[in-house]
Formats: sequence, C-alpha cells, structure tokens
Amino acid sequence: MITKRIIPCLDVKNGRVVKGTNFINLQDAGDAVELAKNYYAQGADELIFLDISASEEKRKTLSKLAEAVAKEIFIPFTIGGGIKSVNDIEQLLKKGADKVAINTSAIENPKLIEEASREFGSQAIVVAIDAKKIGAKWSVFAYGGKNETGLDAIEWAKKAQELGAGEILLTSIDRDGTKKGFDSDLLNQVTNAVTIPVIASGGAGSKEDFLDVFSKTKVTGALAASLFHYNQISIKELKTYLKQNGVDVRV
Amino acid sequence: MKIAIIDYGAGNTANVKNAFDKLGANAIVSDSEADWKSADALVLPGVGAFGAAMEKLGNKKKTITEFIESGKPFLGICLGMQLLLEISEESSGAKGLGIIKGKVRKFQTNLPVPQIGWNKVQAVNCALFYGVDNFYAYFANSYYCEPQDKSIVAGTSEYGTSFAAAFALKNVFATQFHPEKSGKAGLQVLSNFIKMVRK
Repeated sequence: MITKRIIPCLDVKNGRVVKGTNFINLQDAGDAVELAKNYYAQGADELIFLDISASEEKRKTLSKLAEAVAKEIFIPFTIGGGIKSVNDIEQLLKKGADKVAINTSAIENPKLIEEASREFGSQAIVVAIDAKKIGAKWSVFAYGGKNETGLDAIEWAKKAQELGAGEILLTSIDRDGTKKGFDSDLLNQVTNAVTIPVIASGGAGSKEDFLDVFSKTKVTGALAASLFHYNQISIKELKTYLKQNGVDVRV
Repeated sequence: MKIAIIDYGAGNTANVKNAFDKLGANAIVSDSEADWKSADALVLPGVGAFGAAMEKLGNKKKTITEFIESGKPFLGICLGMQLLLEISEESSGAKGLGIIKGKVRKFQTNLPVPQIGWNKVQAVNCALFYGVDNFYAYFANSYYCEPQDKSIVAGTSEYGTSFAAAFALKNVFATQFHPEKSGKAGLQVLSNFIKMVRK
C-alpha cells in the first residue's frame, strides 16, 4: 500500500534557508542544498521549498535552487513562492522541480491552475491554501497569510481540484508555529470535500501530532519545518515511531 | 555507451538525466531522431496526458518503434510506460505506440487520485530489479497499465487494486514509478538498466 509522506519544508530567502538550524551552519546559497541533502539522507519522502523573499531576483534564484537541488537529491521536491505564470512554472520544472506550489497567484488568477495542469499534468501542480478560522468557517488568506480573501477554504479546495490541481497543501494559520498539533477539523473538512491528496501543514510539535493527524484524518502527507530544522525530532525517529504505531511509512 | 533520453516537451527529462549522471552513465537529452537512432539505449520519460504526449511525438513515433524492434534496450518511465500500450481511458480516440497489447485504465478507488507518494513494489525475478526485489518507489499517476499478456508484468503494486508497476519484455523495460525519484532503490533500478546497456 501507499505510505504516508513526511515532508520537511524549507523556507528560503535569496537561496538561503531562513528558519535556521542548529546542525548546519547556514551561510550561503549553497546551504539550502546542503540541508536538502541531509534530509534526503535521513529518509524524507519529499521536500518543499517556499521562497519568502520579495526581491526582483526571485525567479532567477529559485530556478538556480531547483537546478542545484535536482542534481543532489533523488526524491521529489516542490518549489513555491511568487510563481505567477505558466512560464515561471515551466522554468522551474525544466530545472528539475517535480512540482510547484501556487497560492496567491491561483487565487487571483484561477485559470493558472487550469492552464498549468493541462500543460504539465495535474501531478505537477500543488495548490497551497492558507486557512484561518473566522467564526464558524475557514477563510482563505493570501500574500503569506496577510490578506483575507473572503474565499471559503473548503469551497476553494473543491474549485482548485476542479480546475486541475493534483494536490492541496493545506496550512492552518491558527496552528502555524504553535506546536499545538495539526488542525484535524480543518483537514477533515477538506479531505472529505475533495478526492485529490491533501498534505497537512501547520502545528506540528511532536511525534504524537503526526500519529494524530494520520489516525484522525485522510491526509496523505504531513509537513513540518522548524521541528526538523532544529533537530527536535529526526525523520528516522519519527518514521520508526509511526510504524510502531501502525502507520504505513517508508523506512 | 550512449543513452538517449527522448525530449518531446512532455517530460521531466532533467531529473532522468541527473540520475544517469549520478550513476556515471553517458546520457543525453535530445529531440533529434538521429541521436535516438545512434544511441545504445533509449529512454522515454513523460508526465502529462496520454493523448497530448502522442500528439507531441507525432511522426517521430516510428523511430521509437524501429529502435525497439532493433533489440536495443529501451526504458519507459511513468507516462512513457503507458504510451507503450494501445489506448488509454485518459484520452479517448488517441492511439499509443502499441508495442504492448492492452489499455491504460483510471484508478477506481476511494483513495485519493492521483496516487502520489511512495508505494511498495513487489518485483518478480527480473534483471531490472537485481538487488531491490521488494522496495518502495515514488509514484505520481491517476492511470495504470492493463496489458493483455500478464506474463510481461515485472512488478506489482497495490492502490485499491493490484496494478502493473513494471514491464519486462525482451529488450523493453518500463516502470510506472519514477526510478529517478525513488531514492537509493530507484538509482539501483537505473543502475541495473545501465548494466544491461553495457552488456
């Protein structure tokens, strides 16, 4: 059977990982690649790079990053952050990214999902959704969680699937950075509304949180950043724990 | 030795080349039929839709068929495996290469589709799987191959149903998973392919 995926997320700025780590000294652009190699060796199932820089040079650095990473690791990786057009996507995929994650640009121009999935296949297009609970509903936020869009997260996930998205990367803004665990309510609402794979993001603080999300929801993967960067949990340790508790993982 | 990776605008050719480079094989990515013909082995990668890919291959499909008939090693990856068959539920009316009799079907399951992630491959005794007979590989597919002749299935996986994860038929090899993205096990599969090319 298919296994649940453990996915480290690397936030990069001008080619450097910005949520620093204790076990690697991050000094130059090459270090994002070093960290990626480290995760590959540890048994990560895939990697996600999210570019959070706002510079004009972004596209160039992202494409360089894709190229460098693709030469070193032989597991899938996704690149996101500021991708605006089919051309942007093509550049990244050509350099070796397996998938791209689109967020704000998909909200502003939903046709991008349609055009890109037709051109490169659904499996290459991940729609990232940042959701925050407002009253009884989950509202979608754009621009790195800054702007409320008025879109309902569940409806938007359905729409993204309809337009051709291959996966949903679903981040709970409420949980992000809290280490209080994944938001199972939100994840259940979305996994019940779509048939494409959903990746859980936001809130991972312990091994138990991963067991919890894989036991309580239908997500096919779970993501974390600082938890892995600071080596609070190693990927190997996490996967061994999950396997011992009946979750099918690749070990 | 030269391995040619077919570039037809529908593939993750860079990653396939990266993996061959890592293994020290001389691989080129090319859209030129002359390069394909002169190669010692041909690799057909591919992502995207069945019909669109066959359209992009256009008249060049004859060169691929002739290469396969010549007996030199051939490897199809993901969509490149599916294109070996005759038809696909993904693109009605489109004709595949027809090297292998059978059709490509969509997963009918309550599991999420596409299948994206690492699935276990149960391999049969085959040179392609030397040293990795029961391993995890990375898949990204909504469709799977259903060949008429089940004896060519060189590996199976489960996704709601048991499906062909690989073919081996004389000089023709194919994997539904991405060996170039399947970590060490995947590199071993490609290394086994290279050994067959060197023979």
